[in-house]
Amino acid sequence: MSERLSVFKTYKLYVGGKFPRSESGRVYEVTGSKDQDWLANAPLSSRKDARDAVVAARKAFGGWSGATAYNRGQVLYRVAEMLEGRRSQFTREVADAEGLSKAKAAALVDLTVDRWVWYAGWTDKIAQVLGGANPVAGPFFNLSTPEPTGVVAVLAPQESSLLGLVSVLAPVVATGNTAVVVASERSPLPALSLGEVLATSDVPGGVVNVLSGRTAEIAPTLASHMDVNAVDLTGAGAGTALATELEVAAADNLKRVLRPRTGEDFAATPGTERLTAFLETKTVWHTTGSLGASGSSY
Amino acid sequence: MTFEYAPAPESRSVVDIAPAYGLFIDGEFTEAADGRVFKTVSPSTEEVLSEVARAGEADVERAVAAARRAFEGWSALPGSERAKYLFRIARIIQERSRELAVLETLDNGKPIKETRDTDLPLVAAHFFYHAGWADKLEHAGYGHAPRPLGVAAQVIPWNFPLLMLAWKIAPALATGNTVVLKPAETTPLSALFFADVCRQAGLPRGVVNILPGYGDTGAALVAHPGVDKVAFTGSTGVGKEIARTVAGTRKKLTLELGGKGANIVFDDAPVDQAVEGIVSGIFFNQGQVCCAGSRLLVQESVHDEVLDALKRRIATLRLGDPLDKNTDIGAINSAEQLARITALTDQGEAEGAERWTAPCELPSSGYWFAPTVFSGVTQAHTVARDEIFGPVLSVLTFRTPDEAVAKANNTAYGLSAGIWTDKGSRILAMANKLRAGVVWSNTFNKFDPTSPFGGYKESGYGREGGRHGLEAYLDV
Repeated sequence: MSERLSVFKTYKLYVGGKFPRSESGRVYEVTGSKDQDWLANAPLSSRKDARDAVVAARKAFGGWSGATAYNRGQVLYRVAEMLEGRRSQFTREVADAEGLSKAKAAALVDLTVDRWVWYAGWTDKIAQVLGGANPVAGPFFNLSTPEPTGVVAVLAPQESSLLGLVSVLAPVVATGNTAVVVASERSPLPALSLGEVLATSDVPGGVVNVLSGRTAEIAPTLASHMDVNAVDLTGAGAGTALATELEVAAADNLKRVLRPRTGEDFAATPGTERLTAFLETKTVWHTTGSLGASGSSY
Repeated sequence: MTFEYAPAPESRSVVDIAPAYGLFIDGEFTEAADGRVFKTVSPSTEEVLSEVARAGEADVERAVAAARRAFEGWSALPGSERAKYLFRIARIIQERSRELAVLETLDNGKPIKETRDTDLPLVAAHFFYHAGWADKLEHAGYGHAPRPLGVAAQVIPWNFPLLMLAWKIAPALATGNTVVLKPAETTPLSALFFADVCRQAGLPRGVVNILPGYGDTGAALVAHPGVDKVAFTGSTGVGKEIARTVAGTRKKLTLELGGKGANIVFDDAPVDQAVEGIVSGIFFNQGQVCCAGSRLLVQESVHDEVLDALKRRIATLRLGDPLDKNTDIGAINSAEQLARITALTDQGEAEGAERWTAPCELPSSGYWFAPTVFSGVTQAHTVARDEIFGPVLSVLTFRTPDEAVAKANNTAYGLSAGIWTDKGSRILAMANKLRAGVVWSNTFNKFDPTSPFGGYKESGYGREGGRHGLEAYLDV
């Protein structure tokens, strides 16, 4: 009796809560760490796919940034729950992608789940840590609060296909931004599968959009897009000509730029730097004058 | 009935302007390496005030090297010692504030009322506030022992010369950085007087270096490889150019750029107070303010009432000699800026907006522009989109709060906004939805060293002032 023939998965993009193929119809071959093993054909996203993803992210921004911090925390915790249930799938995908033993890959998946939990807990604390009242010298109540920057294009790290991806993505959406993520070029499959997790985790469509393909092809479109508010250049690599080129392009509408860093250890406990990178500070002055007989408080 | 005012001039004798000034590098005044100089004039009379050395690339090299040498000692000082230097500076500024106010009014053209009552008190307050941070940085929320970045290159504009210097230098020094600062070419004098304040305070040499010059000096400074931090306040166009220059480097960048602030007046707002706020929002400092309330969004039902009251009030503003203590509107800072304001307002008229100009006489010499209001403005009009940076208000209308939000946010900028209404919940809802870094409710153009200032979108990034402002100068 012959062994059962397995069913392959068609890996697709995750844009606007749906799973489209690349509008270009293109795919590229994804291999395991030893190059010779074919794993799948991944969508080779075009510049048009990138623009579509920005439109989806912009459309989702109002609702996601307007959701309560508590609600965003619940949703991100739900992502952790869904990922936990798929540990074996992601362990296999990460092991294949990064050439790791099952045990090492499983440890990375566990860390990834825990990373979602860490950021889920941050959503309703960051404003208290960063914001506050300012004791101005006058009859005013002056309050500074952090607000999300908007649509953030994220170039996920090339080496760490799942833990690295989540480590750069989760802080962006935890603070109320929406994201267009370019997955690791060589190892996009865990990222594309993460789209399936997000789709079943109450994350509104468009809050996270995942593209696979050539970073150098898609990233310039995102870095120069006038409706993108910020870019995380991690996946462009520290000190590369591409990173510089993208930072120059980002200046066209003064995107906030998080530069790539060398030797970033995604297994380490994250600080708040990635949370604060894509926040704006809004300061509101309220008049307080006395409530005298005149009744005027101006 | 016309009120006649007797002249009430502030005396110029409190300030002694030398015929020539050098660059301030490593604690000494020095000529530019290539000997170049430029003249600075009083915008209200076109009188030449002084001749100032113009820094070139070689001078940038010298100044950055001096700041680098000074960094080691300055950053190693106990915070409590750095604090005392800054407290000294704050006190000396308070002592010399009348002199500096008159100087600023002469070099900038803004009314003495503003330099005396707004600029100088805020300058001193800024140093006083940041002095206190110098030995408390571990409590600021940036880690247990936050470190300075190194040499800060700072390029500042001409609209608040000494105040912008204070916004740049006070946090930089408090956090242990050393600075090379380039003042604007039309207003170099108060920064050079500040060098003398540093001398009186006994500040170690090289901690503060001042390089007067034009755009090329600023460009050379921000591009210098020995610089660790770049801070710029000025136009969005130059800000983008600087962002491109520092791309791919380790330099930390903060930008405080242009704006097209919406001042939103609802039908329940007390009209008289709102009118005062509209006037201060757009005519303070001749409207040469990045956070000016240059777009008035007024609810349709009270449009006529507000506009009539506004014109009545504007007609009483006194334009003229900036040194006169009764003057409300001073001179435009330069011929170049006057030409820009003139061109944009001509365009506003050509595009069909209705122009009203305050009935006031303009002096025969100097650079002047009468307060101007455009009504019937649509969102497509240039005067509703471009930053004019002058005493020109564009009036648009709205019917619902949602429409007001949509119009207010319909701009590439995001620096400031104002809300005028008697209804508390509406203030909070509006403030929540406006994409701007500073929102004033039932007030406008208020500043304080404890209050972070800075923009969303193309108004720049980073904050100045408050706990938030420290981040720009710390390695975090």
